[in-house]
Amino acid sequence: MTSTVEAPPTEPRLASHRPLHRRRSVTNTVFVVAVWVAFALVTGALGAVLAFVIVKGAPVVSWQFLTTSPIQIRADQPDTAQVFGLTLRYGMWPAIVGTVLITGMATLLAVPLGVMGGIYLNEYGARSRFAAVVRFLADVMTGVPSVVMGLFVFTVLVLPLHQRTGFAGAAALACLMVPIVIRSTEEMLRLVPDDIREASYGLGASQSRTILRVVLPSALPGIVSGALLAIARAAGETAPLLFTIGIVSATNPNLFSGPNTALSTQIFANASSPFPAAIARGWGAALVLIAITFAFTLLARLVVALFRKRQLG
Amino acid sequence: MSSVVEPGNLTPMAPTPPDQITIAPVEVRVTEESVARESVFTIRDLAVRFGSFTAISGVSLDIPERAITAFIGPSGCGKTTVLRSLNRMHDLTPSAAVSGEVRYRGIDLYAAGIDAAEVRHRIGMVFQKPNPFPKSIFDNVAYGLRISGFSKSECADRVEHALRRAALWDEVQDKLKQSALGLSGGQQQRLCIARALAVEPDVLLMDEPCSALDPIATGRIEDLMGELKQDLTIVIVTHNMQQAARVSDRTAFFTAEDVDGARRGVLVEVAPTQQLFTNPADPRTEGYITGRFG
Repeated sequence: MTSTVEAPPTEPRLASHRPLHRRRSVTNTVFVVAVWVAFALVTGALGAVLAFVIVKGAPVVSWQFLTTSPIQIRADQPDTAQVFGLTLRYGMWPAIVGTVLITGMATLLAVPLGVMGGIYLNEYGARSRFAAVVRFLADVMTGVPSVVMGLFVFTVLVLPLHQRTGFAGAAALACLMVPIVIRSTEEMLRLVPDDIREASYGLGASQSRTILRVVLPSALPGIVSGALLAIARAAGETAPLLFTIGIVSATNPNLFSGPNTALSTQIFANASSPFPAAIARGWGAALVLIAITFAFTLLARLVVALFRKRQLG
Repeated sequence: MSSVVEPGNLTPMAPTPPDQITIAPVEVRVTEESVARESVFTIRDLAVRFGSFTAISGVSLDIPERAITAFIGPSGCGKTTVLRSLNRMHDLTPSAAVSGEVRYRGIDLYAAGIDAAEVRHRIGMVFQKPNPFPKSIFDNVAYGLRISGFSKSECADRVEHALRRAALWDEVQDKLKQSALGLSGGQQQRLCIARALAVEPDVLLMDEPCSALDPIATGRIEDLMGELKQDLTIVIVTHNMQQAARVSDRTAFFTAEDVDGARRGVLVEVAPTQQLFTNPADPRTEGYITGRFG
């Protein structure tokens, strides 16, 4: 068996094929490189934010930082909390309590309303004119600056009652969350295939039963993701809280009476102060806020996973 | 079985017209299925519109009890539209308007005060694409029973019975708690049949139930239909003429015609399957079954 060397393709054929081939592979390489660069930039920026918060915040965060309020430290051991050679006179306990309660209350207000609004838009309103108007308004509201929501609540809740309360802050955050939850819920319900709705109706199920037993369980993970996005955004909002909850240094577990405080407003107040110790506290509060949001997300994912397991069990 | 009413309990509100097949010539095969059956559906001058588009019009036919009636015809001829008007599935399409008369055992299905959910509870449906719920196999079959108010524990026997009737029990009895989405396409379609059978419907409407399945799965479902027609009436839409010839007792041929510049589905003829395929009355039927168009 002698191997014959094939004659190279003739020149005209090469001329017509090679340049095209080369341009394709070059385009492909450019595209792949662009995607990787974009990916590196985005992850790099996010990673840098996280790294900064951890590096600057971790030394500040201690058991005392988490569990005491400023007054307690002053009374007991005024100068024991030394970080970076700076004296810390501030615990974050009141702000942690405030953030959890206010965001929790906002979630209670916004998520049921938003999910039901999304159900209306996709399952009942569908192509009606009213639904189109609601959908448009929800889109507009998503883009309204959060400070406007704060002003609105300040006008309708704080001024008439003559007091800043945690509830007013929760109401302002809920105003921000509702349109996000409505639109994400609607989008998720739209992804549920019509055939399983038909299957349910075909067995004689009512519309409410079809929605509750078939459509919502199918869309649940997506709806939860949308709600989490809204919660995470609300937990970090500062502007709507500034003039609705006030700022205090004592724990106020009552959302309906007296001013409150939250991690986001603490970060704002501390970071904009000229004192290095205060700025360090701001970093600490930021780290705590990120950790709380992370824990919430993890918890919600766990609940969804358990629900799906139970549904199949 | 509170809400599953036996057919006998429904008093016909109008006398059922005699079945049209009785006038068939003597030399045509007159099977026992094609003569003495009472009509489950009498359809008179049915028309369905979607907005300004008329999908079908002037459809009149009778569907005999405990037999398989096949709807055949080219794409866009309105077979599925007629099928879906038999259990009021068009109610779910806001733009759809049904006119004419559909009587189910004498009862006008589109009369005021008829509960569409109750209609669909008695007249089950199997769809073109297997569409199990993203739930466990057990919960899929029990879904219709739960609507009738059975508790989960009361369902167990009925679920098993339905799965056995759908020839699926042996394959799934060990994994009732697993997701229905893990089954193969053919198994999923039999699961959908079991799900429809669990509520013990009087009629089963099948909209191209085998179009997404391989020949083996198709064969199993055709065998199953032969067994099921002992107890219930089946109406099947199929694109596959061989399938219609294999399984059905009567066949209705539809086609699409130009009416006022738009395509509109019409019923050409309905006859015992053997007669329709060997000696069609209408040249359009002959043209279709001999492959000259469509």
